Amino acid sequence: MSTEPLLKTPLHALHLELGARMVPFAGYDMPVQYPLGVMKEHLHTREQAGLFDVSHMGQIRLRGANAAKALESLVPVDIIDLPVGMQRYAMFTNQQGGILDDLMVANLGDGELFLVVNAACKDQDLAHLRQHIGDQCEIEPLFEERALLALQGPAAVKVLERLAPQVAKMTFMQFAPVQLLGEDCYVSRSGYTGEDGYEISVPADQAETLARRLLDEPEVAAIGLGARDSLRLEAGLCLYGHDMNSTTTPVEASLLWAVSKARRADGTRAGGFPGAARVFAQEQEGVARKRVGLLPQERTPVREGAEIVDEAGEVIGQVCSGGFGPTLGAPVAMGYLDSARSALDSQVWAIVRGKRVPMKVSRMPFVAQRYYRG
Amino acid sequence: MSELRFTEDHEWLRAEADGSVTVGITAFAQNALGDVVYVQLPELQQYAKGAEASTVESVKAASGVYMPLDGEVVEVNGQLEDSPELVNEDPLGDGWFFRFIPADAGAVAQLLDQDAYDRLIKANADA
Repeated sequence: MSTEPLLKTPLHALHLELGARMVPFAGYDMPVQYPLGVMKEHLHTREQAGLFDVSHMGQIRLRGANAAKALESLVPVDIIDLPVGMQRYAMFTNQQGGILDDLMVANLGDGELFLVVNAACKDQDLAHLRQHIGDQCEIEPLFEERALLALQGPAAVKVLERLAPQVAKMTFMQFAPVQLLGEDCYVSRSGYTGEDGYEISVPADQAETLARRLLDEPEVAAIGLGARDSLRLEAGLCLYGHDMNSTTTPVEASLLWAVSKARRADGTRAGGFPGAARVFAQEQEGVARKRVGLLPQERTPVREGAEIVDEAGEVIGQVCSGGFGPTLGAPVAMGYLDSARSALDSQVWAIVRGKRVPMKVSRMPFVAQRYYRG
Repeated sequence: MSELRFTEDHEWLRAEADGSVTVGITAFAQNALGDVVYVQLPELQQYAKGAEASTVESVKAASGVYMPLDGEVVEVNGQLEDSPELVNEDPLGDGWFFRFIPADAGAVAQLLDQDAYDRLIKANADA
């Protein structure tokens, strides 16, 4: 365990005031839950609106006429044709096609790109960007300068439009500079819960004022990392370091949908990202294992690391994320499974405390996504 | 109903008139665990003191419930299979886990009493 002192987000004092239970996460002292508890926080987000402090994540600005072209050399995603005011999901790959991190990329126009990367990877991502494209564009980390709030849930739009009416017109994955309480913020209509909602990049010294203002709205409750995890799991969304890592490719991680048409083997700008040859070969020939959704058939939660076996007891995979889905009212999981055994509705078993728990290979998301597409 | 006894693992025990001992987890324990979503109850069999007789799963993690004394489990709270939230709602009542016959009937009285357990909680909180 690291003995480094934990970092604090600009909302740390507010979390303590709200009675949060704090835990170390990616080097930060973060709220895992508030007095409401994980279950109610989860359900509140799906029914109304939840406010999450995700300031530990890394915000990075790229600037320069060649920024989009440069970034394309590191991700299998179409950045050059990403429209101004839009955000796109991407991942950094290594020479073997493994995923170094996943991220969101937004186009601010005038050669400016806005990146949000994972907390645990942000220093490594920054070094990666500087090493490979540092001579092609300006790279500005905003780790200290900006906080990041997520307002998620069906009431998020009602709440945020009280502060800025124009956000109601935004559609899923749109990204815009918006003044909130007189401060220059960036707002995207996206998130990590499967619900409609927003992520708000706010100057660090104004984050607490904005968070308090949002929490004053009757629909909004503070939500911790515990519910963030169960929400994203029900939505079938990957958690870096668990559901994919540097040894899993986008094909194995079932993220081929995120590899843009233009960057595929038959695309207009085919390849040109690290590990392209391996990713294309896997796309053609298939993969030995891939990430699938799993629904345990008993009430026992099946957690990360549990082995998956077939009827003969042969190990055919491993659970990468698992827990209880409060909206589903049942356990949910994802795992890597032998591709030959990964057809929908296949019966497999997880080993939990030495016992077999039957599971079905299932479609994801487990709970329907409710993004606002206009 | 006789008074409760406690273990350092935050289980409570109550000696019943029929010689069995009821076991559950304390209010402190359920609060620390958070929302309970599943309880794996023990088998009706002998367990040695310290053996993991039962497992309680919260939204966050799985935790063992250990046999507080040598003994034979004679009854489990089947209600927890469909309503694990009883552990949170009524930890000292409907949220009980199991009953067992201790090998040494006198051993229960040797465990922590309410005052000693309260001091343990306070020491934990101050640590």
